[in-house]
Amino acid sequence: MKKPLLTIVGTLMLLQSPFAMAEETVTISLKDFNALKSLCSSLKGATATMATAPTRTKKPVVVASSKADTPDIGKAVKIASLRGFHALDKEAKEIEKKKQFKSGDGIKRNWELQPPSIPHSIEKDRITLKGNTCLKCHSKANHEKEKAPVFSKSHYITRNMKVLDKLSPRRYFCNQCHTPQADVDPLVKNSFKSNTIKLDNRLMDKVEK
Amino acid sequence: MMQIKNLKSCQRMAGFFIKSTLLIGIVIGIILWGGFNWTLELTNTEQFCISCHEMEENVYQELQETVHWSNRTGVRATCPDCHVPKDWSHKIIRKIQASNEIFHKLMGTIDTPKKFEEHRLELALHEWKRMKDSNSRECRNCHQFKSMDLEKQDERSAKRHDPHVWEAMDGKTPSKTCIDCHKGIAHHLAKGWEEAAKKAGLQD
Ligand code: HEC
Ligand code: HEC
Ligand code: HEC
Ligand code: HEC
Ligand code: HEC
Ligand code: HEC
Repeated sequence: MKKPLLTIVGTLMLLQSPFAMAEETVTISLKDFNALKSLCSSLKGATATMATAPTRTKKPVVVASSKADTPDIGKAVKIASLRGFHALDKEAKEIEKKKQFKSGDGIKRNWELQPPSIPHSIEKDRITLKGNTCLKCHSKANHEKEKAPVFSKSHYITRNMKVLDKLSPRRYFCNQCHTPQADVDPLVKNSFKSNTIKLDNRLMDKVEK
Repeated sequence: MMQIKNLKSCQRMAGFFIKSTLLIGIVIGIILWGGFNWTLELTNTEQFCISCHEMEENVYQELQETVHWSNRTGVRATCPDCHVPKDWSHKIIRKIQASNEIFHKLMGTIDTPKKFEEHRLELALHEWKRMKDSNSRECRNCHQFKSMDLEKQDERSAKRHDPHVWEAMDGKTPSKTCIDCHKGIAHHLAKGWEEAAKKAGLQD
């Protein structure tokens, strides 16, 4: 009765141990690595004697290689999870809070036809089946007294290139394209260069025809 | 002799009676008055408002999404802060009007979310009208225009808060009031609210 249970538990522990204790890294040769691999694959049918005495004290072995032509397998890599290298039972590192970037003059566009970023808070705005509060300020009827920029002609065009006299349904959900921005340094540098083709005009030409 | 004496004691009795009645009257009056104001206060709490599920399931839930429920400074607005006047005479008038809500409660006018949604525009129009007529008195209990630092506000707010445009400057009557521009700050807006408000002359 006890034996099969031990076998199962032992096997599981053994299989797990390289991951559970993956704190330290040991470099081994490729030959050893292959030996380890075949050992691992044969583990499925691990005997009871091996399993009941799992060698938990052994240093865990992660992969290794010194050859340059096998760059990926064998490289010991530590990848941080989203919460960093913190143990699961510790509180995650506090993240720095970022404020929304606001500007009265709008945010510079990076290419022709870029939907401009939203330079103001949109916390109060609701876009639902019942209504869209962005229109309170950006619609043709209201923008003048609200001193807000009106959405451009492209917002009246349906996907069949028809021009409506009111907002096109595919432009109803404004924040599909327009988003507020946080004032942060980008994690990844961006080397994007703006094009100079006036796509906007082309689009409008197509519509007019 | 007896008669005169009687008369005197009668007078004394009467005097005592009047005085004591007055006294009792005053005491009862104080109790009633206190009780009246006490009930008035009791019905001036958010707990009272949301004791009706019509208020609790709709508008109360929506309020919780807004800045008047939770914000940087931790100052909160409760239902009566925005809906019940602070000064006594306006408060009594509003309370008497509000007894109408009990009738509609009994009638079940808005007792499902669907029915509430159907009536929302009508209720909102009442509220907008009331706030427009009072020059947004309840908002101004907390927001003093003269205490607003336009420099600190968003560009977008400051552009629209130029008091020369709409506040009561130099003895002129104000042309605009908070609710003209700030609809839907506490609850969801009904479908077609803008057209309806414009038609009623309540939208800027
Ligand atoms: C209270 C009026 C108001 C509302 C509501 C409003 N905006 Fe704006 N918006 C403005 C004003 C005014 C500007 C001009 C910049 C400024 O002063 O902040 C602006 C600027 C913008 C811009 C930048 C345009 C450009 O050319 O750079 C975008 C995009 C925008 N708003 C999108 C939105 C969206 C999307 C919503 C709804 C979620 C919305 N706005 C709601 C008033 C408003
Ligand atoms: C499918 C994407 C998309 C959606 C949805 C959309 N926009 Fe745009 N918007 C754009 C693009 C692209 C531009 C820039 C090119 C142009 O002007 O047409 C733009 C430009 C704008 C501008 C600046 C116009 C100008 O002349 O400077 C405003 C304001 C704006 N949008 C508001 C809105 C609002 C409000 C909504 C929701 C009702 C909305 N947009 C929905 C893509 C979108
Ligand atoms: C007895 C249950 C009940 C209570 C308690 C209650 N309400 Fe209501 N309320 C209703 C009903 C029912 C209506 C719909 C009235 C109608 O159809 O005209 C309503 C409507 C309203 C309206 C719209 C008014 C209008 O003129 O159309 C406001 C604002 C309101 N309630 C606020 C409050 C506030 C603030 C409180 C707490 C002081 C409160 N209610 C307590 C049941 C209640
Ligand atoms: C009990 C006091 C109180 C009352 C009454 C009140 N407010 Fe406020 N209001 C506040 C507080 C507190 C804030 C949040 C300030 C902050 O940002 O910390 C606020 C914020 C606001 C904002 C800014 C919203 C945002 O997203 O930044 C607007 C707009 C506003 N109130 C309008 C109104 C209007 C209109 C009324 C009348 C219907 C009203 N308030 C009634 C206390 C009140
Ligand atoms: C002419 C229209 C108009 C009037 C009248 C008006 N406001 Fe505003 N207010 C705005 C606009 C537009 C904004 C910015 C966008 C928004 O919050 O909807 C704003 C923003 C605000 C803010 C947020 C400020 C910030 O930048 O953090 C508060 C608080 C506020 N208003 C309170 C009031 C009060 C109280 C009154 C009445 C005394 C009032 N407003 C009257 C148009 C108006
Ligand atoms: C910051 C002020 C404010 C607070 C707090 C507030 N309301 Fe309102 N309420 C309004 C305004 C303004 C309207 C007018 C409609 C609109 O603009 O959304 C309104 C409308 C209503 C309506 C009519 C239906 C509708 O959605 O328009 C009811 C009912 C109501 N309020 C009940 C309540 C109750 C109950 C509470 C407390 C849980 C509450 N309100 C808290 C400002 C407020």
